[in-house]
Amino acid sequence: MDGEELTEQETALYDRQIRVWGANAQRRLTKSHIFVSGIQGTVAEFCKNIVLAGVGSVTLMDDSLVNEESLNANFLIPPDENAYRGKTVAEICCDSLKDFNPMVLVSVEKVFEKFDVVVIGYGSLATKKAVNEKCRKLSKRVAFYTVDCRDSCGEIFVDLHDYKYTKKKLEEKVECELNFPSFQEAVSVPWKPIPRRTAKLYFAMRVIEVFEENEGRKHGECSLLDLPTVLEIKKKLCEANSVSESHVPDSLLERLITGTIEFPPACAIIGGILAQEVIKGVSGKGEPLKNFFYYDAQDGKGVMEDISNSFTS
Amino acid sequence: MDTQQQQQQSAIQGAKVLMVGAGGIGCELLKTLALSGFHDIHIIDMDTIEVSNLNRQFLFRRSHVGQSKAKVARDAVLRFRPHINIRSYHANVKNPDLMLFSTDLTTWTQGHVNRLCLAADVPLVESGTTGFLGQVTVHVKGKTECYECQTKPTPKTYPVCTITSTPTKFVHCIVWAKELLFAKLFGDKNQDNDLNVRANKAASSSKETEDVFERAEDEDIEQYGRKIYDHVFGYNIEAALSNEETWKNRRRPRPIYSKDVLPESLSQKNGSTQNCSATSVDDSATVSAMPLLGLKNPQELWGLTQNSLVFIEALKLFFAKRKKEIGHLTFDKDDQLAVEFVTAAANIRAESFGIPLHSLFEAKGIAGNIVHAVATTNAIVAGLIVIEAIKVLKKDADKYRMTYCLEHPSRKMLLMPVEPFEPNPSCYVCSKTPLVLEINTQKSKLRDLVDKIVKAKLGMNLPLIMHGASLLYEVGDDLDDIMVANYNSNLEKSLSELPSPVINGSILTVEDLQQELSCKINVKHREEFDEEKEPEGMVLSGWTQSPATNGESASTSNNESAVEVTESSSGPEIASKKRNSPRHSPRITREKQRTSRVKMMMISWRLKIP
Repeated sequence: MDGEELTEQETALYDRQIRVWGANAQRRLTKSHIFVSGIQGTVAEFCKNIVLAGVGSVTLMDDSLVNEESLNANFLIPPDENAYRGKTVAEICCDSLKDFNPMVLVSVEKVFEKFDVVVIGYGSLATKKAVNEKCRKLSKRVAFYTVDCRDSCGEIFVDLHDYKYTKKKLEEKVECELNFPSFQEAVSVPWKPIPRRTAKLYFAMRVIEVFEENEGRKHGECSLLDLPTVLEIKKKLCEANSVSESHVPDSLLERLITGTIEFPPACAIIGGILAQEVIKGVSGKGEPLKNFFYYDAQDGKGVMEDISNSFTS
Repeated sequence: MDTQQQQQQSAIQGAKVLMVGAGGIGCELLKTLALSGFHDIHIIDMDTIEVSNLNRQFLFRRSHVGQSKAKVARDAVLRFRPHINIRSYHANVKNPDLMLFSTDLTTWTQGHVNRLCLAADVPLVESGTTGFLGQVTVHVKGKTECYECQTKPTPKTYPVCTITSTPTKFVHCIVWAKELLFAKLFGDKNQDNDLNVRANKAASSSKETEDVFERAEDEDIEQYGRKIYDHVFGYNIEAALSNEETWKNRRRPRPIYSKDVLPESLSQKNGSTQNCSATSVDDSATVSAMPLLGLKNPQELWGLTQNSLVFIEALKLFFAKRKKEIGHLTFDKDDQLAVEFVTAAANIRAESFGIPLHSLFEAKGIAGNIVHAVATTNAIVAGLIVIEAIKVLKKDADKYRMTYCLEHPSRKMLLMPVEPFEPNPSCYVCSKTPLVLEINTQKSKLRDLVDKIVKAKLGMNLPLIMHGASLLYEVGDDLDDIMVANYNSNLEKSLSELPSPVINGSILTVEDLQQELSCKINVKHREEFDEEKEPEGMVLSGWTQSPATNGESASTSNNESAVEVTESSSGPEIASKKRNSPRHSPRITREKQRTSRVKMMMISWRLKIP
């Protein structure tokens, strides 16, 4: 159907998952090319998952040099200083990932001009906006994802542009279509019409994003000392959106700026959900997440939030 | 905040952890525990690594196939966390402070583990996944339900007559091919087999039909194969058809004979069995009929002719290459030739009964009871286990949650936490509520009670049965010969003939010292039992009641996932023969338990449905 059959080797290796998503989905996976940046704990988990699933290729980008901190929740980096000294996170992770599944091409070079999926991990507001815009301008549809973890919380954003997929309704397969807003659109939705029960993390993440951009900070470069500035920004954003300040709890903001050490169980959970979504997006099978996902280990909920301009119209 | 985090870290670092199982969830769990700061982890698994594990059990590589899972997992994690203590066991459970389970434990073993936890007052975090669905549950004695408070789904069974004479689904054909035909041809000849039971006039011609399956010394294998083929797909169907009553409201099956499907002789055309035996090495795992017939794709649907060719070819190969194993074989999903034979036989039977045929890939999944598994769900569930484990170590009882992973969001949630259920007050395991046993006390022997109830239903390993002060039965290494003889003679007596007669109204005490479980059984005498509905000839009640006292939000909110999980896990097993496999049973000796008590336990097996 989709070109070549899976090889005998692939069928044997992927047996258990083909039983979950079918041979067609597996064929599409083996032909997909994924770009990933920002390889910290959650993204390391994500990479492991998609390499195991058997995508065609994974291209890694993370120029930061490996240090003590990068070892924290990233099991792709062996803690041997002699081995990692002077190497980038991407280089070290690439070596580990290759080993997980020899059938997947893992590299730090941009060997593929065109990616099917782009994942921005722990990106700044500007990066997320810019890369998303770039993806949207390409003639070929590129699935765009961002992931961000702070303390024991996480956010996933999904932009599949105009997305067609099949889902099973009773015994029949139904063709469906969804239109996704861009990152820019999704983060500029006025707060007031957003239903009150929406995850508070959506608002809190916007506050932190603006804080880091205003202050010229890298992702996660903050501490309790920054709380007054963060609260000031929150106040301004709430005023601009004509909502009360209680809309974004101070305690949550405090958690997000102080919890700078990654919480490995949360990384496993969010990295797992993200990989599941990317697999869905590539295979066109099953209802995708639209367009934000939030997890908070404190209440244990993993929630999908559809935040688009539909509220305003 | 800081002190809280320090407390958390010291709780984690002080914990000695035992994981049972290093499979799908196990690999993920070991990794997440190590990253989360757990320092002293013991991991146990009796399994060795297979190729089909590698798509999700990321600590293993192709070069590890055949090696101990526990050991390879340990070595792999030590590579990124070299300074922690991980000990691996390729055998039995020893003496940890904290236990984490992740294995394909059977329901029986799960119950055993549950009781060990209850006996030692050890909290238990338990979980399971299938496909995109997963679940994590905390069991703390007295605070939440125990693992046996709720009914567990038993492997699906089918009435014998559906399998032997009136199949309506492909799974019925698979069960027939695997449990009856395959067992008859290649398994233990002395075992009871219903293959011919329902054929008309079975009694009168039983001698004759028995002989069909015996191969004469010098009988040509292909001729023999055709004879079997004609007997089971032709003659037996004809015989069944003659019983008009059966087919009044059913679609009549079509007898199929080899001469109508296959050319006169296969030997010249395809039969390369003899030719190739000279060249290939006799490795039973790699013997396969498919390449000899030019069949490559296991996902391809074969027609009647192809299935018939595979049937004959596979049968020939068993006799030509694996003759020594005949008489001792049981179906194994990793035995390629067995899968080919069962697929072909099931498909020919399906054709006969007008049931849609299936590919080898699909048939293997059904016959082997293969659980759908992906890496992502296991990773998510492992994360959830560690989060609950930390709460348990911090004794944050109010925060314990049972979490469901869903495939589609329900009330916006993909990960849905609910409050844990309270203990079921009528649970015979954790609440010591007496059970009621209806039994014919004059006819049923003590042996029936021991086998069908005490071992099979109550899952006791080393039972002891008392009536009042009189000891009726006991198992143990320290018994003298007189006692053993005494107990053995009791086994063969009916309940009412026992030295202390067990009659209507008697109360039995049944104990397992290893599990520290003791329960009371109220005996009710009953004369008759329905053979179809109550084949055991006795009915035990009160041992699988669901709690009715739980919060409504919890029980309604998980409806959706409960239904889905149940569907996807209903394994086609005609009988639960493999369930009690002792290789899966973790044993903690009483002495060891006393010297080093388990502080917490976490289990994660594949199928766990509330």
